[in-house]
Amino acid sequence: MIENLHCGKDSAPVQNERQVSNAMIEVRNLTKHYGDKHAVNNISFTVEDGEILGFLGPNGAGKSTTMNMLTGYISSTSGQALINGVDILEDPIKAKSFIGYLPELPPLYLDMTVKGYLNYIYDLKKCKLPRRAHLSEVMALTKISDVATRLIKNLSKGYKQRVGVAQALIGNPPVLILDEPTVGLDPKQILEIRTLIKKLGKNHTVILSSHILSEIQAVCDRIIIINHGVIAAHDTTDNLSKNVSTDHRIIARIEGPREEIIKALRNIEGIKYCRADMEREKGVYEYELEAAPGSDIRRDLFEIVSEHKWPLLALRSAEMTLEDVFLKITMGEGIVIPNQEDVALANETKGGDD
Amino acid sequence: MGAIFRREFGAFFTSSIAYVFLAVFWLFTGYFFDFNCLQNGTTDMSGMFQNMFLICVILIPILTMRLFSEEKKQKTEQGLLTAPVSIGSIVFGKYFAALLLYTIALLMPFVYALILSSFGMVEWGMVFANFLALFLLGAAFISVGTLISSLTENQIAANVVTIVVLMALYLIDVVAGNVSIGWIVKAMNYLSFYRKYYAITCGLFNVSTVVFYISVALIFNYLTIRVFERRRWS
Repeated sequence: MIENLHCGKDSAPVQNERQVSNAMIEVRNLTKHYGDKHAVNNISFTVEDGEILGFLGPNGAGKSTTMNMLTGYISSTSGQALINGVDILEDPIKAKSFIGYLPELPPLYLDMTVKGYLNYIYDLKKCKLPRRAHLSEVMALTKISDVATRLIKNLSKGYKQRVGVAQALIGNPPVLILDEPTVGLDPKQILEIRTLIKKLGKNHTVILSSHILSEIQAVCDRIIIINHGVIAAHDTTDNLSKNVSTDHRIIARIEGPREEIIKALRNIEGIKYCRADMEREKGVYEYELEAAPGSDIRRDLFEIVSEHKWPLLALRSAEMTLEDVFLKITMGEGIVIPNQEDVALANETKGGDD
Repeated sequence: MGAIFRREFGAFFTSSIAYVFLAVFWLFTGYFFDFNCLQNGTTDMSGMFQNMFLICVILIPILTMRLFSEEKKQKTEQGLLTAPVSIGSIVFGKYFAALLLYTIALLMPFVYALILSSFGMVEWGMVFANFLALFLLGAAFISVGTLISSLTENQIAANVVTIVVLMALYLIDVVAGNVSIGWIVKAMNYLSFYRKYYAITCGLFNVSTVVFYISVALIFNYLTIRVFERRRWS
């Protein structure tokens, strides 16, 4: 978990100073109402050329709605979205030509072969690049060359998703908007797509949405946390990570009587919070401990357990992750807490990524 | 428009709709050809063309039902509407793909006319006029079907509703016969698809008829474009 917090550093350069002049995407007070429901309310942000922006939020927060407005699929109720300086509502065709878009469900024609489909997209986007070279470049980049002649309906979900990314890349648009590109993929595929996005971020401006934090954390330079249609937080990945690592939390797995252990642990100096988690083995519980900022309780903990002869079976740091920030920010507003599967998946992929 | 047109035309064949449509269309033209021309020993093909009106009412919805409903259902619509193309070229791309397949179906009457020409004199002017009338009728019907397909994501619903609407257009004359208010009858006669079509099969070629069918096609395609514009702004 610890290394995960700092992966933003080596994954992407942080742009501290924003330059308005080369903003590739500029969103001003974007709002979308469906009747009385505010799907997106007054969102403003800019994305610089060559930046990877993460869009984070629980399901139904307004991520897809915002992306659909940016790509001209739906109109905004009010506000403005400029792509490369072109208003998406005033000159939709020109603005759309700057964008490669992967919607939540890739728009694939199942009855076509991969090659046929990409050729169609090439024509649809009126692409001027040399056809054969460009298509094979895109297929190589997304690793779908080996399925080029197969029907899309016979492909696995991972391949379909990659074909979806490939269609967004056709025409080499400066802006890539990817709506939950890794949803439904297995950990290995997630890693591959993530690596691909990082690679693409070198010469494209990318907006990426997800409800999995580790993903955004691993790939993006900047993060916008969106909840109930408004921006709840907006900062660089590094800053968000720094803010959250001050709270010092550890998780200890101790064998022994639960109530007594909790009582003893609560007596440690500087402890803010202690609670027993689920029973991991017979008579063995995990205890979550939170110390006051700046104090280290690990030595005291050791002394207590050795004094009582309670075997300490495991000790690990549970420094606050973006997951916690995310929950804190969105707490109490009907947010779906990531289920065990998501967490397991995220943890699994974290290891290999760093 | 070209890309959408080509993909759509290809999709008619991969989804086997093209084969069903052509087979059934040619089955009926063949039957009416045999019944009207061969059995009666005449080179006058108007009887066959007159019968084709009802066949179009039933078969054209098969051609148009999938056009937009399937895109909506498979969520491929999102790809189309975020591509750097105008809504007009999306609608017309699909419309012309259906129209091309329909036109291919219409080539069969020419083959029959050629067969007849080996037995006797064929009035080629009549054949061409009939062909043009059937083509224009299809052009108008396809635009109606395209609009209905854009309103639903269910192919079957699109098919049934289109048949009902086209049947209603067919039956305007019957209704007009039961109405006694003069101006309504006049208006209905003016809107009648069959009356105009029938006149041409009888040899009364009229430019206003051509204008009528083309206008209907343009109006319904325009309405389809409006459906997408409206949905985007809703």
